[in-house]
Amino acid sequence: MPVTVRLPTVLRPHANGQSKVDAEGSTVAEAVSWLVGQFPAIAPNLLAPDGSLHRFVNVYVNDEDVRYLSQMDTALADGDELSILPAVAGG
Amino acid sequence: MAVYRSVDELIGGTPTLDVSRLSPNPSVRLYAKLEGHNPTGSVKDRVALAMLDQAEAEGRLQPGSVIIEPSSGNTGIALAMLGQRRGYVVKIVLPGNVTAERRQMLEIYGAEIISSPAEQGSNGAVRRALELADANPDWTMLYQYGNEANPQVHYRTTGPEIVADVGDITHFIAGLGTSGTLLGVGRYLKEHVPGVQVWAVEPPAGEQVEGLRSLDEGYVPPIFENWGGADLLDRKMIVRPRESIEATRMLATEGVFSGISGGAALAGARKAAAAVDGGVIVFVVSDHGWKYLSVGAWTDDLEVAAANADGVIYF
Repeated sequence: MPVTVRLPTVLRPHANGQSKVDAEGSTVAEAVSWLVGQFPAIAPNLLAPDGSLHRFVNVYVNDEDVRYLSQMDTALADGDELSILPAVAGG
Repeated sequence: MAVYRSVDELIGGTPTLDVSRLSPNPSVRLYAKLEGHNPTGSVKDRVALAMLDQAEAEGRLQPGSVIIEPSSGNTGIALAMLGQRRGYVVKIVLPGNVTAERRQMLEIYGAEIISSPAEQGSNGAVRRALELADANPDWTMLYQYGNEANPQVHYRTTGPEIVADVGDITHFIAGLGTSGTLLGVGRYLKEHVPGVQVWAVEPPAGEQVEGLRSLDEGYVPPIFENWGGADLLDRKMIVRPRESIEATRMLATEGVFSGISGGAALAGARKAAAAVDGGVIVFVVSDHGWKYLSVGAWTDDLEVAAANADGVIYF
């Protein structure tokens, strides 16, 4: 499944400076492992040692946070957009 | 109308307005909880009052005490107003990329502004305030992100107000900043209204924090973890500046002069309304629009206004 991944500023240096990359996967986990396969330096930023999402990282599919969908098993459709963003406070 | 003895008594008890004309689904009602009606124009008056009262009860504040707090604006403004009246010195750590009006309001209420780097957003303000509190042990940090009084005041006041006014609520939608509103109201609703859904909306704070060195500098408020936020929320979504401003303008057509985060909440409410067969959605308009005039939220071309809002913190 071809999808697009939007990278936050802090990860771009690990992806040849790109803000958006094309990826493949039918779940979030597959797309993330595709991404990490292409750009291994992203892995320690994005994932905890056990392979789960780092607690200060949010991943969104079409702007919906995957932690409230099916987490890393969230299904992807053709053309979906994944956004990776740092958790940010407000107030 | 009564005559009130102090501005403290004007906090809370905010009105709810039926704005169902903005619902994309005729079977779904939309209600706006208008927190801009608080004295400094935001929901944060509730939180600031509760944190001050609690710190005083615990003996953490005496006349002349120095209060330090990180804030993207509204909590700082509320603390400055209430703190000044009680004789405290209020210092607010404010990111560089907030609207000029927020800075002006802090000055009106006599707060000292300590700037933190714009490119680190609110996370940078939190970090700087924690450092300053460490270095100055005689200062008191109320720490809205970690203070139980924050979600508790919403559990004690905002939640019951909503159930009293809208007993048949099916969805509650609010912006995620400290998470205090969502946690306190969300927990109250889940205890009192079977099946109610709690949705969070947030801004896409990506470009605003490009100064973060790694994703390790992300930040999840301690109250979110202590109150089981991940289990409490049913959904969480990004609403982008263009959509937030479009919805903020829609609110104005119903006579609601809202800040941009209220527009984001309406955008989330409209998504929920379009996705269900029927229901009653309450969303929070967390502040008035006055503090966003300088970004041209109503007056500029939509694309220009969205681009301006992309650079400022409005949650």
